[in-house]
Amino acid sequence: MSDEKTKPIIEIVELHKSFGEHHVLKGITLSVPAGSTLVILGGSGSGKTVLMKHMIGLLKPDSGRVVIDGEDIVPMSPEELEKIRRKFGMVFQAAALFDSMTVYENVSFALREHRKELGEAKMREIVRDKLAIVGLKDVEDKFPASLSGGMRKRVGLARAIVLDPKIVLYDEPTTGLDPITTDYVDEMILDAKKQLGVTSVVISHDIASAFKVADNIAFLYQGEIVDQGHPSTLRHTQHPGAKLFLQTWFGKN
Amino acid sequence: MSSETGSPVEPPKPSWLYTAVESIGSGVYRFIEQVGGLAELLFQIIKWSVRPPFRLQNLFAQLDFVGVGSIFIVALTGIFSGMVFAHQSWRAFDLFNAESLVGPTVSLTITRELAPVFAALMVTMRAGSAMCTELGTMRVTEQVDALETMAVNPIQYLLVPRVLAGLIMVPLLVLIFDLLGLTGGYFVAVTVKGLSAGTFVTRTQQWLDPEDISEGLIKGAVFGLFVMLVACFKGYNASGGAKGVGQATTEAMVTSALGIFILDYFVGVLLH
Repeated sequence: MSDEKTKPIIEIVELHKSFGEHHVLKGITLSVPAGSTLVILGGSGSGKTVLMKHMIGLLKPDSGRVVIDGEDIVPMSPEELEKIRRKFGMVFQAAALFDSMTVYENVSFALREHRKELGEAKMREIVRDKLAIVGLKDVEDKFPASLSGGMRKRVGLARAIVLDPKIVLYDEPTTGLDPITTDYVDEMILDAKKQLGVTSVVISHDIASAFKVADNIAFLYQGEIVDQGHPSTLRHTQHPGAKLFLQTWFGKN
Repeated sequence: MSSETGSPVEPPKPSWLYTAVESIGSGVYRFIEQVGGLAELLFQIIKWSVRPPFRLQNLFAQLDFVGVGSIFIVALTGIFSGMVFAHQSWRAFDLFNAESLVGPTVSLTITRELAPVFAALMVTMRAGSAMCTELGTMRVTEQVDALETMAVNPIQYLLVPRVLAGLIMVPLLVLIFDLLGLTGGYFVAVTVKGLSAGTFVTRTQQWLDPEDISEGLIKGAVFGLFVMLVACFKGYNASGGAKGVGQATTEAMVTSALGIFILDYFVGVLLH
């Protein structure tokens, strides 16, 4: 692969994090080449969400470095972090749409906050474009409560990509969806990558979905990355924990 | 911690004294932790309220919710507090023919104490509970995280307008309470009990000073700031799903209500 030539846009070095006496992340080292999709696969309680929250600076590590686009974000002040966060879009597990706002207000939120100079007409156009990318139309005036789970997730992605971020983070995008909608969300992730050229990081315990969308998979087990690589190589992992996890899907052989 | 490992003997049960001291200790620890958390949040809110962007739209929405939305219940509470107080003090003063003091008694009690305490309690009940639940739900459904990932500071966006609304609107509600409380007192003393209107008004004018009204307004501002701060603090730091949000709201209501009475004493002492 041409990974060696591509500059990593996210680089995590020796990341440690504890909550009280609970050591959640035990020396994570990871890098994500620009334009690729990394899936962090792991069971419940493996520290996936905590790891993702470190990437966008929602949590500060006890030690270690998180380098985003060449800048270490760990020592940054909240003001500096806000600038870094404009490079990100994040799709939350349950979409986390603002339920007091319509779909249009949700998707245009970041535009109204950071790109006021665009004007209302241009914003409408951008919102319509982003909703089209995720396969939605005529939903602008609806409230999140009246949308299905799959639709909410799509609105969540439209909201995440509205500022044309370099990186999109997906927090368990297929959890709680039926198989057809899961398939649709997978396509959505692949489309976002193809159409927008974004770097994606997906955290998931959905093995099928992971093998479908990933360029690289990292297997997180009890706070450590125990194996990582191209899906075809990770398929034959020798780590007992990862092996057991994959067997639940691929079966024992 | 535990005694010698591997020993089959159960560790001795701690004595009642130990348990009592421990529970008092943890209670004190928790109290200090909460006060520290509130102070830290207040500092953050002050810091974020003086830097742009100033979110006037959010502020007006909260002024409307906290203030305008509470006018009706505060007015009703005010009228009936004044009426009840006039009625009871009439019964007392009637015993020694000092009915003319009903006006001053009602007006001083209302402006100094009842108006700020009751207005703040009403705002806590009506706006504080809703605010705490809303913020708590936003927290547990990751809407607060979503704001942060969109490079919007949630303290500035969500909390600053709410706390400012309490600070600005509760004193105004206190004024409304004062006005209607006096009206209620006047109605009972003059219309119902037959005291002369002149006596009620002149006696009240003799006793009621502008400082009494300003004392109530200052208390209103302190309580307004406090109850909104507590609602925001509890809601913003809620965790553990629907149950956690419910618990946060209960704690916010209890802390706010108790805090109003405790602060009432200390602010009163400080002002004199």
